[in-house]
Amino acid sequence: MIRWMPFVWTGALRFLADGRLQTGFIVGGITIGVAVIVFMSAMLAGLEANFIRRVLTSQPQIQLLPPDQVARPLRGASREIEDALVQRPSQRVLSIDQWQMIARRMEALPEVTVVAISMSGAALAVRGSASRSVSVLGIEPETYLRIVRLPDYLVAGRIRLTSDDIVVGTELAADLGAVVGDKLLLNGASGSSRVLTISGIVDFGNKGANLRNTYVALRTAQSLLGMIGGVTEIGLSVGDIYAAETIARQIQASNAVQADSWIKTNAQFFTAVQAQKNTNLLIRLFVGLSVAFGIAAVLVVSVIQRSKDIGILRAMGTTRTQILKLFLLQGGLLGFAGSLTGSTFGALALVYWHQTTRQADGSELFPLIIEPQLFVTTALLATLTGVVAAMAPALRASRLDPVEAIRG
Amino acid sequence: MAEAIVRLEQVCKAYNVGEPNETEVLHAIDLELEAGGFLALVGPSGSGKSTLLNIIGLLDRPTSGSLSIAGEPTSRLDDAEITHLRGHEIGFVFQSHMLISAFTACENVMMPMVVANGRASAAIEQRALDLLDRVGLTPVANNRALNMSGGQQQRVAIARALAMRPRLILADEPTGNLDTQSAEGVFQLMRDENLASGTTFLIVTHNMALATRCDRIIEVVDGRITQGQRPQG
Ligand SMILES: Nc1ncnc2c1ncn2[C@@H]1O[C@H](COP(=O)(O)OP(=O)(O)O)[C@@H](O)[C@H]1O
Ligand SMILES: [Mg+2]
Repeated sequence: MIRWMPFVWTGALRFLADGRLQTGFIVGGITIGVAVIVFMSAMLAGLEANFIRRVLTSQPQIQLLPPDQVARPLRGASREIEDALVQRPSQRVLSIDQWQMIARRMEALPEVTVVAISMSGAALAVRGSASRSVSVLGIEPETYLRIVRLPDYLVAGRIRLTSDDIVVGTELAADLGAVVGDKLLLNGASGSSRVLTISGIVDFGNKGANLRNTYVALRTAQSLLGMIGGVTEIGLSVGDIYAAETIARQIQASNAVQADSWIKTNAQFFTAVQAQKNTNLLIRLFVGLSVAFGIAAVLVVSVIQRSKDIGILRAMGTTRTQILKLFLLQGGLLGFAGSLTGSTFGALALVYWHQTTRQADGSELFPLIIEPQLFVTTALLATLTGVVAAMAPALRASRLDPVEAIRG
Repeated sequence: MAEAIVRLEQVCKAYNVGEPNETEVLHAIDLELEAGGFLALVGPSGSGKSTLLNIIGLLDRPTSGSLSIAGEPTSRLDDAEITHLRGHEIGFVFQSHMLISAFTACENVMMPMVVANGRASAAIEQRALDLLDRVGLTPVANNRALNMSGGQQQRVAIARALAMRPRLILADEPTGNLDTQSAEGVFQLMRDENLASGTTFLIVTHNMALATRCDRIIEVVDGRITQGQRPQG
């Protein structure tokens, strides 16, 4: 007997060790349940983190655009019947009104960390006899690259944007048969055109983006799109990415712009994540319940098997409370032991899965996020589940009549 | 005359009280056990010996009547107090197989002391080893109870009963399952302890040869004491 160990602990451990087979089976069961939970939770967290990282390095957290153009019919003229149907005007590409002032205001906001102005529009990229319609984004690299990490997506050349350079996606480069250093003719919607040199090729991991997205210097875009001095978008980074939507709403309320946060533009993703989390919660609940029933079943049998021992212990002065604790503790220990082995197996499975599954482009499917907190909460919950599950058997044990128990 | 360690007055015990099959097993028992006595409890099978022993041992409560241990009435004590009194003043030796199989011989002897103390200690272990030495089991101190002969198990049980230095040891047919030679050894061990430490023994036995070697024979027939109700002299 270990000397410092309280009697109920000694008893609980010894009873568990003595019933090796039962203990082994139930710990095995708990292990499977816990491993599934750990694996699923960690993978879900990883996928979410991966998506968020991708989103946040490929688009501004808040995008300021010119407000929607609305039709304002003249009203109130006498003897006219108003038509309730007001047709929405087609949206021309417009510069943000007074963008310099708005940009300065944004820079003054404490929540905003980066402000990047840009101009976007449509153009036709031509090389030889091939042409593709593309979207041209004119940027100021010093600020814009702090929001969108283009260099992270670079596969050839470099991100250099003098007034004659253009960065294109892999798909466009392939379609036009162009490599770094080749020249492209861009025809803007306004009729002007420019010849630009491909300085870099990027891969966003998305075919559409790789075909359509091109990057040029702000001034080049302004001249190509016929809006000298104009800015169609102001991109913002904020300190707290999850506050983006609130900040966007505040900005929209006090400025003549439309402000879209990444949370709003990726609403579908967040709905999917929430649905996943709900499913995960349900699975946890049911795994927890089946673990609890398993522990309870094993302990009920153990109480019956050990009723004689319980009687002897009671005859020797063990109180009902001590007997109660002895069995509650067994439940807790089973849960705890199962959570340790389960967490280990779950983590191992995660590492294996992480190593063997890759995305189409060979990059990792999800970052390996193994947070200690997940294991701590899992262990606590499993232990608690064990204790609660042991309640009924433990009460039964503590109420055993020692005379009956000893008579056998 | 020595003072009484146990006094029963008008103790009745009925099973299945309030049900159609209610049966009274003990009828108005008056009994005194003198401190330091070595007493035999005899009687036919089913006469109520075990029931009486369980009541004296505070494992069961009488349906009516009163029981005092060392002068203290027990009827008003709650479950925790009863358990404490039982753990400190009374030791049990049962008929057979009453060691906890998950523990070794030594640990079984330590158990009452560990229960009372809350955890094991060097002193407790030493006392257990001393007791095992006294019952001649030093060589098997670390054997699991499962792997011992009946006689050895009863010796361990006696060592365990002695552990808390109780004033009273109750033994329910301790030699019932043993061969004559082992029975003699176990009986003599208890007698020696009684003489050495003055611990009171109340031993249920069917063996009249052993019973006659006790200080006094108490006989129960059909739930009534027919002989040896009070200490003689
Ligand atoms: N839990 C019980 N319920 C009902 N009857 C019982 C119970 N325990 C013992 N009895 C009855 O009480 C009587 C005395 O039993 P017991 O004290 O074990 O006798 P002894 O030990 O002298 O053989 C017997 O008739 C037995 O059937
Ligand atoms: Mg009996």
